[in-house]
Amino acid sequence: MQKGSWIVKRGFAEMLKNGVIMDVTTPEQARIAEDAGAVAVMALERVPADIRREGGVARMASIEKIVSIMEAVSIPVMAKVRIGHIAEARVLEALGVDFIDESEVLTPADEECHIDKNVFTVPFVCGARDLGEALRKIQEGAAMIRTKGEAGTGNVVEAVRHMRRMVREINYVCTLPSEELPRVAKEMGVSVALLEEVRKEKRLPVVNFAAGGIATPQDAALMRMLGADGIFVGSGIFKSENPAVFAQKIVQACAFFDDPKVLLEACKGIEGAMKGCSTEELQLSLQERGW
Amino acid sequence: MKIGILGFQGGIKEHERMLKQLGVETRRIRYIQDLDKIDAMILPGGESTTMGIFLHNSGLLKPLKEAVEKGMPVLATCAGLILLAQEVEGLSFASLKVLPVRVRRNAYGRQKESFTTQINLSFDKARPFPGVFIRAPKIEKTLEDKVEVLSFLEEQPVMIRYGKIIGCTFHPELTSDTRVHKYFLQVISAKN
Repeated sequence: MQKGSWIVKRGFAEMLKNGVIMDVTTPEQARIAEDAGAVAVMALERVPADIRREGGVARMASIEKIVSIMEAVSIPVMAKVRIGHIAEARVLEALGVDFIDESEVLTPADEECHIDKNVFTVPFVCGARDLGEALRKIQEGAAMIRTKGEAGTGNVVEAVRHMRRMVREINYVCTLPSEELPRVAKEMGVSVALLEEVRKEKRLPVVNFAAGGIATPQDAALMRMLGADGIFVGSGIFKSENPAVFAQKIVQACAFFDDPKVLLEACKGIEGAMKGCSTEELQLSLQERGW
Repeated sequence: MKIGILGFQGGIKEHERMLKQLGVETRRIRYIQDLDKIDAMILPGGESTTMGIFLHNSGLLKPLKEAVEKGMPVLATCAGLILLAQEVEGLSFASLKVLPVRVRRNAYGRQKESFTTQINLSFDKARPFPGVFIRAPKIEKTLEDKVEVLSFLEEQPVMIRYGKIIGCTFHPELTSDTRVHKYFLQVISAKN
């Protein structure tokens, strides 16, 4: 009996496909997410919009907070650690969270090394803005990728940029003559074998969810149309006027992105969406963190 | 032959890939009309709570239940099995309740307890099958004698057959071994 094998880590991520993963900060919010049809929740001390506003050092959520959320729901619970913070990751693994997000949304703990995720039993999800960054994280052991977007802004433009770039670069790699692979692999800092895997499947070797700035059901559907396997939604839901309704609508839009009629129904009755901010107003860009 | 795959959430593509490899056509099932002229169904793995909500909201619950009760063959893996079970311990959500078993969700523990192990299939003892158990449920009890156990792990059933319903607590679609899906195709073709 083998635990923590690649097939189990990657397979678990596959089972979340077409679903929505919601940021929550309380057991009540976690229950709202579960009842709305979320496939998992991300247990956080503060949602990205508040981290952005309040500043300070953003760390992994307190143990008590994560435990109270794990006890509140039966769906999987994820939690974030700072980039490179091996100790936070070991603590979360011992606690038994189902997935760890080594996240640029928190304040980075290490400016040179990401966590070696291959040595953990618990699977990891990591942010990426392009194919090279995604493949480097997979090489480090990430079982799931999320496009970074720009968390806590309610502005989808960066998530779109990252997803477009990812797809464009996958297409590019698929068109290359094989003798060019070593050069591209060197440029990206990844193995040729990993690039060959991308060419064979014409996609990333693990699932790719969209994140960062998704604030409406239309945003969710847009990211699916651009090729995301599912979405993460952060501040958008609990910064809206009616989180329970909003959460259901996002779940509906994510699963029926390809059916305009159902999508229309999912987009009705959305008032008071998160206000959001344009990237020109941004004081702090989170997506630059990690590499 | 055309096999429907419940198409809301979870490991849909993996079953599609396996059936394509076996030369079988598939259709994703999200609306009531999708059930027209399909010969069998697959309920994939994923989040049972999420799929239960979609089943309920789509109006598919009742027609699907009726079709299974009338004898439509079903292969259910992991969360799919939970959706079929008559009794589910813990949370209750919309489900078909057509399979006389009692299951417990996440019975081995959380994701860090997920595992792979070799299991034996009663219909093909020649070599073991790679069992992939992800936050897997346990079949705690079979509620009718007619439930046949096709595979055990540590004396507990992990694959069962009840008429034309096949249930697995593991994920055959995540492997490259096609024997479970082939067995399902035999069940579909068998005369009663």
